[in-house]
Amino acid sequence: MRDKVSTAAEAIAEVWNGDLVAANFWGPGTPNYLWQALSKHSAKDLTICTNNYVLRADVLKEQGVIGAALVLSQTRKVIAAFSAIQQEDASDSEEIARRVQEGTLEFESIPHGVFIERLHAGAMRLGGIYCPVGIGTLVEEGRETRVINGVKYIFQEPIVPDVGLISADKADKFGNLVYHGTARAANPIIAMASKYTVAEVFEIVEPGELEPDTIVTPGAFVDRIVLIPEDDPGSRRRRAERTLTSIRYRQQKLAEAAAIAAQGGQA
Amino acid sequence: MKEKLTEELVAMRAARELAPGDYCNLGIGVPLNCANYAPEGVMLQSENGVLGHGPPYDSENIEQHIEQIDWDVVDAGMRYLSYAPGMSFFDMLTSFAMIRSGRLISILGGLQVSEQGDAAIHSLSEENIAAKIGGSMDLTWGARRLIITMTHCSKDGSPKIVRELTMPLTIKGRVNLIVTDMAVIEVVSNGLVLREVAPGWTPKEIQEQTEANLSIAPDVHEMEF
Repeated sequence: MRDKVSTAAEAIAEVWNGDLVAANFWGPGTPNYLWQALSKHSAKDLTICTNNYVLRADVLKEQGVIGAALVLSQTRKVIAAFSAIQQEDASDSEEIARRVQEGTLEFESIPHGVFIERLHAGAMRLGGIYCPVGIGTLVEEGRETRVINGVKYIFQEPIVPDVGLISADKADKFGNLVYHGTARAANPIIAMASKYTVAEVFEIVEPGELEPDTIVTPGAFVDRIVLIPEDDPGSRRRRAERTLTSIRYRQQKLAEAAAIAAQGGQA
Repeated sequence: MKEKLTEELVAMRAARELAPGDYCNLGIGVPLNCANYAPEGVMLQSENGVLGHGPPYDSENIEQHIEQIDWDVVDAGMRYLSYAPGMSFFDMLTSFAMIRSGRLISILGGLQVSEQGDAAIHSLSEENIAAKIGGSMDLTWGARRLIITMTHCSKDGSPKIVRELTMPLTIKGRVNLIVTDMAVIEVVSNGLVLREVAPGWTPKEIQEQTEANLSIAPDVHEMEF
């Protein structure tokens, strides 16, 4: 069995112009380190498929708190379940508004469950699925519907990402992965759906050290394993510090908004 | 001017709908506060992949809990959660299968509810570029019981309980109960029934703040918390 351990740059070198890149963005389980490597890579015209597309304040980005929009200049389309794209403390907001206006950036909004099942359908290499969620809403617009046994369904296409960038707790050198807590999230589904999967992990162990019963993503789904360096803001050691920065900033913003509201202004 | 209920009281009242043995997903905002008042034995679920967690750590005093916090354990509102006996972690495919299964009670915030039990929950405010659907359509569609908590009227004073939605539809005809800062209203097959009023308010006053027509329950009474 080949050793799959590589550097982030080597792993990301396999991303090409126009690729569909899927990643879990939702606090724990976000591939922060790989995402930074993607932002330094030349690939452009990417379609980014992620559960949450939330902009980060400029001051937080400088401190290593990143979001999916870190690769905005390389992005042509975003498929997301939840977006927050109008924030006055994030300069990306203006760029997004301008590029959507120009027609060089597109957003597709889908329900969270549909995001997951389209990836799952991709993993199973299905032709598509009929889903009852979203009937009568914007999700139905422009999509085929079909009544099966008296129930109306919306046809949803599968998503097969060219590249899946995932985050896991530990890997062995064969690419078997274990997760921790809610950092599992969409990562195992993205791993199964993608044609090429890169996992960033906090720790790499020798084959045999992970208990076979506990492995969630078997190594067959994983092409490259990247260790998060100790000095990276996403490392276990520095994570508390980064998270606290983020929490303090949010509290400061809330306090400012409350102060403005108390003065009778618009919060 | 009579007092409307605080967000905390709305959460307390909504939490009274839960009983030991219930599985429940709480939406971001006021519903998340229900966690503080849910009876013991309610298993809370969060769509990022946790069931049966303990209370969240107070983010105002997060520094005091740094030693205890597991940075990999959050709810959908990004609050750090404590562990509780019987809790489980799972991936989001499992999570949404659970959400769609009809086994959970959903308590969610709302922008508008109609007299047919339609709800507008996700916003489309960002110049129609990107809707904030999130889990709202799955959680409303799949719920065993759907409870909406919201202010009775929007900031400009316009009613949020309406005859027909004017905001983008999230779910058609699935709302069971509306808990607002003025009233508790049940959605039945032929319309809305006013069950409870906030202390000091009369049914007539509630109707005046509601666009949809309310039937007054024979036993209408003041809300308890």
